[in-house]
Order: sequence, then structure tokens, then C-alpha cells
Amino acid sequence: MTLLISLFAAVISTAVWYSSEKARRMKVGMLCWMFWGASVMWLVDAVFEFVELKAEYFTPLPSDMLNDTFLGLSVAALAMTVWIIYLLIKDPDGVIKKK
Amino acid sequence: MACFVVPVAEAVVVSAVYAAVKVKEKKYTLVHADNSERFETENKHMFSKKLAWLMKLLFGGSFLLAFEHLWHGEIVPWAPFLTAASDPGDRAQMLHEMSTVGVMMAVSVTALWAAMVVISYCVEKKNAETVQKIEEV
Repeated sequence: MTLLISLFAAVISTAVWYSSEKARRMKVGMLCWMFWGASVMWLVDAVFEFVELKAEYFTPLPSDMLNDTFLGLSVAALAMTVWIIYLLIKDPDGVIKKK
Repeated sequence: MACFVVPVAEAVVVSAVYAAVKVKEKKYTLVHADNSERFETENKHMFSKKLAWLMKLLFGGSFLLAFEHLWHGEIVPWAPFLTAASDPGDRAQMLHEMSTVGVMMAVSVTALWAAMVVISYCVEKKNAETVQKIEEV
């Protein structure tokens, strides 16, 4: 579930980065790097887990799935928090400087 | 257990290489600063920019993975920081995981980056050829 959430976040952030000039100026690229890097790493982890557990890998316990969902959402929230701090520090439009 | 340590180690090495390449490129651009057209073209193809991609992928991914390990209680804020490192049995398992999953993570991210660099060089080459053809006409 964590891998899925991270992968969805990577695809969405990349689509936003590609389609909008403003998004590129707002350093959305940073989110893309973080999510893609984590997605590849979690994919490798999932492959190793699948080799170990075989079909059982696709039938996780509901409690494990819920925990993984919370983790995935927390990871997305953390990445977005890091991005917003980076954006405010870089201040590409000079909003903070004007204040 | 501590698989993210391998990509972090690679990220540190890549950062050192990035710094060295950047210094080299800076010296090169200072020498060719008078030729502005060449300077602009060379600036686009700087290898340090490509290395920065790998650095961001490795540091970004490892950071989120480190959070996952913190979530699962595999990282603690006191020495030796990795809970598996304090028990000899767990330590062996941790080292095994680092040498298998960790190394594969680093290799996969590097392979993705290498593919991106190859595609980027192909696109740049194609663009340069198109510009040259337009200039000839």
C-alpha cells in the first residue's frame, strides 16, 4: 500500500510538473525526485518480499494494510511538508521578500 | 531493517563526485566565458546537472525510506541508532538485508538514472541536429 500511494504521488507530481510552468517555478520537481526515488526503492523491497512470501504477499492482513495506508499517507504528508519548507526558503516569486 | 543505508552511502559518494565535477566545470566555463554561444551550449550539457538528478533521487528516496524505518521502530534517536545493530543475531540479518535489498535498491535507482541520462542525451542530440538543419536552410 505504501508503494502504491508513493507511486500515485510520483505520477501525479510528475504530471503536474510537466503540464504547468508555474508548478516548475514552484519547485514541484523536488517532490517528483523524492517520490520516484522512494517508489523505486519500495518496489525493490516489494519484489524481495514477493519472492519470500509468494502469493501470500497479495493477501495482507487488514490491520497490516491499514497500517501501511497510514504510513503511505504520512510519507506523502512528510514529503509535501519538506517541499513547502523548501519553497518558502527559496521563495521563487519573492512573496516573502515583498512582505 | 537498514536497507536504506546503502542508497544513503551511495548518495554521499555521488555528492562528493558532484562537487568535484562542478569545480572542474566551473574552471572550464571561466576559460570559455568569452565565447558566449559555446558557453550556453556547453552549460546545457553539463554532467553535474545529470549527477544532481541521481543525488536527488537517492537522497529523496532514502529520506522517505528512513521515515518508514522510524515508523516501524527500526531507527532510534540514540546510539547505535539502528535497533538491529544492538543484537548480534539481528545484526547478521541486517547486514544480509543491506547486502541484498539495499544494494539492489541502489543499483535500481542508478539504472533508472542511467536510462534518464541516455534519453536526455538522445533528445539533446536530436534537438541540436534540428537546430543545425534549420540554420543550414
